[in-house]
Amino acid sequence: MLTILFDGIAYGMLLFVLASGLAVTLGLMNFINLAHGSFAMAGGYVTVILVNRLGVPFFASLPIAFLASAVIGFVFERALYVHVYKKPHLDQVLFSIGLVFMSVAAADYVMGSGQIFVQIPKFLQGQFEIYGIGIGRYRLLIIVICGLLTVALQFILANTRFGSRLRAAVDDSRVARGLGINVNWVFALTFAFGSGLAGLGGALGAEILGLDPTFPLKFMIYFLIVVTVGGTSSITGPFLASLLLGIGDVAGKYYVPTLGSFVIYTIMIVVLIWRPQGLFSRAASR
Amino acid sequence: MLPPPIAIRVATEWLAARARWQPLEVGFWIVAFAAIWLFPDRHLILTEIAWLGLFALSLDLILGYAGIISLGHAAFFGLGAYTAALLAKYEIINEPVLALLVAGLAAMALGFVTSFLVLRGSDLTRLMVTLGVALLLRELANRLGWLTGGADGLQGVSIKPVLGMFRFDMFGHTGYAYSLIVLFILFLIARRLVNSPFGLSLLSVKGNPLRASAIGISVDGRLIAIYTVAAGFAGIAGALLAQTTSFASLEVFSFDRSADLLLVLIIGGAGYLYGGLIGAIIFKFMQDYLSALTPQYWPFWIGLVLVVIVMVGRDRITSWTAPFRRIASHLNWRALARHVAASSSERR
Amino acid sequence: MMFKYTTGAIAALAIGTFAAGGAFAQDTVKIGLIISMTGQQASTGKQVKAGVDLYMKEHGDMVAGKKIQVILRDSGSVPDNTKRLAQELIVNDKVNVIAGFEITPAALVVAPLATEAKVVEVVMAAGTSIITEKSPYIVRTSFTVPQSCVIIADWAAKNKIKKVVTIVSDYAPGFDAEKSFTERFKAAGGTVAEAIRVPLANPDFSPFLQRAADAKPDAIFIFVPSGQGGSFMKQFAERGLDKAGIKLIGPGDVTDDDLLPGMGDAAIGTVTAHFYSADHNSAMNKAYVAAFEKANHFRPGFMSVGGYDGMNLIYSALKKTGGKADGDSLIAAMKGMKWESPRGPISIDPDTRDIIQNIYIRKVEKKNGQLYNVEFETFKDVKDPVKAAMKK
Repeated sequence: MLTILFDGIAYGMLLFVLASGLAVTLGLMNFINLAHGSFAMAGGYVTVILVNRLGVPFFASLPIAFLASAVIGFVFERALYVHVYKKPHLDQVLFSIGLVFMSVAAADYVMGSGQIFVQIPKFLQGQFEIYGIGIGRYRLLIIVICGLLTVALQFILANTRFGSRLRAAVDDSRVARGLGINVNWVFALTFAFGSGLAGLGGALGAEILGLDPTFPLKFMIYFLIVVTVGGTSSITGPFLASLLLGIGDVAGKYYVPTLGSFVIYTIMIVVLIWRPQGLFSRAASR
Repeated sequence: MLPPPIAIRVATEWLAARARWQPLEVGFWIVAFAAIWLFPDRHLILTEIAWLGLFALSLDLILGYAGIISLGHAAFFGLGAYTAALLAKYEIINEPVLALLVAGLAAMALGFVTSFLVLRGSDLTRLMVTLGVALLLRELANRLGWLTGGADGLQGVSIKPVLGMFRFDMFGHTGYAYSLIVLFILFLIARRLVNSPFGLSLLSVKGNPLRASAIGISVDGRLIAIYTVAAGFAGIAGALLAQTTSFASLEVFSFDRSADLLLVLIIGGAGYLYGGLIGAIIFKFMQDYLSALTPQYWPFWIGLVLVVIVMVGRDRITSWTAPFRRIASHLNWRALARHVAASSSERR
Repeated sequence: MMFKYTTGAIAALAIGTFAAGGAFAQDTVKIGLIISMTGQQASTGKQVKAGVDLYMKEHGDMVAGKKIQVILRDSGSVPDNTKRLAQELIVNDKVNVIAGFEITPAALVVAPLATEAKVVEVVMAAGTSIITEKSPYIVRTSFTVPQSCVIIADWAAKNKIKKVVTIVSDYAPGFDAEKSFTERFKAAGGTVAEAIRVPLANPDFSPFLQRAADAKPDAIFIFVPSGQGGSFMKQFAERGLDKAGIKLIGPGDVTDDDLLPGMGDAAIGTVTAHFYSADHNSAMNKAYVAAFEKANHFRPGFMSVGGYDGMNLIYSALKKTGGKADGDSLIAAMKGMKWESPRGPISIDPDTRDIIQNIYIRKVEKKNGQLYNVEFETFKDVKDPVKAAMKK
């Protein structure tokens, strides 16, 4: 029982790290980026290459995966995305779906179409028991890393100079420019940071979710659910939404395996109708 | 300002001019029908183009004319496909034409119900809601395995001859003629619809909902109506797929199908009815060519096409369709203004 | 009415050219290979394709004075595509044989076409039992799911496994696996504590595994399509089920050679029944594996021999007919055909057109630092048990 809760929390935390980057680009920059999963996939594959082929220790590969995805995100932002910010949502949807298709085929070409796993160190494998609750070591690691990240994210956005610049740039980019904030630069960094988080999530999640070229398509809906249900005005919303989604998904499969993903989709639609701005959004009162 | 009686007459004339058939349009349909005799060995892919064109036409009605972005239009398509396939499998309705109508009505019913979900909300909310509805139906079809065959698809469907005379043959001859006739009839209906005052009011809703409601247009009513009609069109397109292949599988609801559909419409250009049809022709031949050329990596090139279209700009890409747009009298308020000015100066 | 006559005339004309096309193309035999190169089942498609390519590389493209031409089409793992592609290949390219079919729905949806056009359909991958019954022109060179499941049920009953939880994917081969295993296992005195079905496209097995573990069985019987074994195995180990003494048994799909090297030590000790292992001890298989790994970057899995043997069947049948490539001659020649494959001796059942082959019980072990399915018991000439039972 509590094991299920624990698994659900780990799954939800993982979803949060994967989706938090999207919460930033979609929520703060109002850009519909369906290709978010592609950056996560890139991080996952970077880890696979580093750990499995080059023998880099698992923990050392995590920051590299973050950086690699962040760099890829930065390059794409400067080269392509920046031209699409101002376009209608329809264009953004088309553009990012195109990127997803391309990344799926490219990953297939480079890495092959089979599922690949990261060889995680021995001491992270397996499970131990506390008061009858089965705790997966790897899942515990996920919870710890993701928990720290969440706190750090909240702190950066709320309390640092960069955070306030970002919020200013989003609220009114013209005034922000007038105040001497380099808005383009802020956006680019934010985008890169979001992509990096996705890459980190991909690296961590490869073990649990499995990594294959269709990753961006398979999980796109989950990311979108996290962000839309959680609302985009803060980090707490998506965080709570991820936890709900993770626990709901795992518990649903355990207790009512015949219903499948039915519950998740229904809840999503109901929430969106009931509170179009998201479940945990203060803006909903507007 | 024109005096009211003249203004009414000008407007009526203008509407009539909009609805008039142009030579290029007539030519388009002559070629389409001539293909029945001209390209007998391409009928299979032409059949796919016909139902895909109809499906894209349906999306055009809500995207091009009402401005609703949908990532889940496959919901209606899939419902139509399963309805038609189930009707045939359990021999409830043996006449394909009748089954087609029932499938269309079923999709319309779903369209009507779900239309209330897309009335409000941002683009993102609508996107997620439409996507969610499609996913939900897919899961439903998967769960109702005893009825739908679940993940294996609905096997053992045999479709009776159309009107009791034309059997669906392996070469797709009947399939193409049948799909094309259905497409043509529905196109006529759509054309009549968008060129009516109703169609104009839709465009005003798309342009500025607030102002539209200020001049007495019921925004919600218009959106519900067009969404329902479009759903029916998509349902019939799905039913055509099911009838011409005597098969339906979960793939009819898939996200890829809705995403491809957006691409189809964008290639052809939205908002002038022919966009979906032209897009379907280009998309199918492009996909057929690419997937024969590189069976493993063709999605890459499809993706590239999407990215390039957006980067270059949709308007510029589809500018070659301008003659088509003009003849279909794509509504343009400046054109109306010019028309009014011209006719009023004539009268003076 | 005019219209009716004209379509009739066109149909007649098209059939005319169809027949004439066959006459003109005397010198080539065309094989339409429809398989998923993209989408969910892409890894299966690639294995089959690699098997086909390897056979053609080794045996050339001339047989009985005919040139063999393979036309590859990607089904994208979507059955409706498969149908249209098969139709086009038959009508426009005038292929003599259609082959491939990664999943059951794809094989089934083409069956009526094979019957109508009298074209041989060689099923190289899909494993549901009923497939070959859907058309007299279908022949299979892969396997049937029940073949392996019945054997593993017998083995489990004999090896002190009393209580089992079954986990299968929620689609036709999964039901086949669950049904054939359960029937046989219960008949042998075992109990099935719980039957769990997981969605075909499922990212996370862990809740299902937890549910299975809570039933405290002696073993978990698992069937997932080739390609999903990896993530299942990971989560099986992560739950600590291997250490809790719960055995993992099933048909060999879960320890597919394609994925086995990446599964990690958790897979060690898994006992499966299947028809092919890259570790199969024969000179022919050693040569096959060596040539295969040289041509590709991956190990041959059981799907690859389906493609390899499928080509062998077509070549041998053409030799027997002296190059006659119409459907009736070919299928007649294929019935009862026997040959030696990298997997061992196999033959085509003349009654059901399904494959008869040895099923091996294997255990995952580490050999030279790599994981392999090591065979330790052989069941000779296993027919499809479902069809065999129906006859009785």
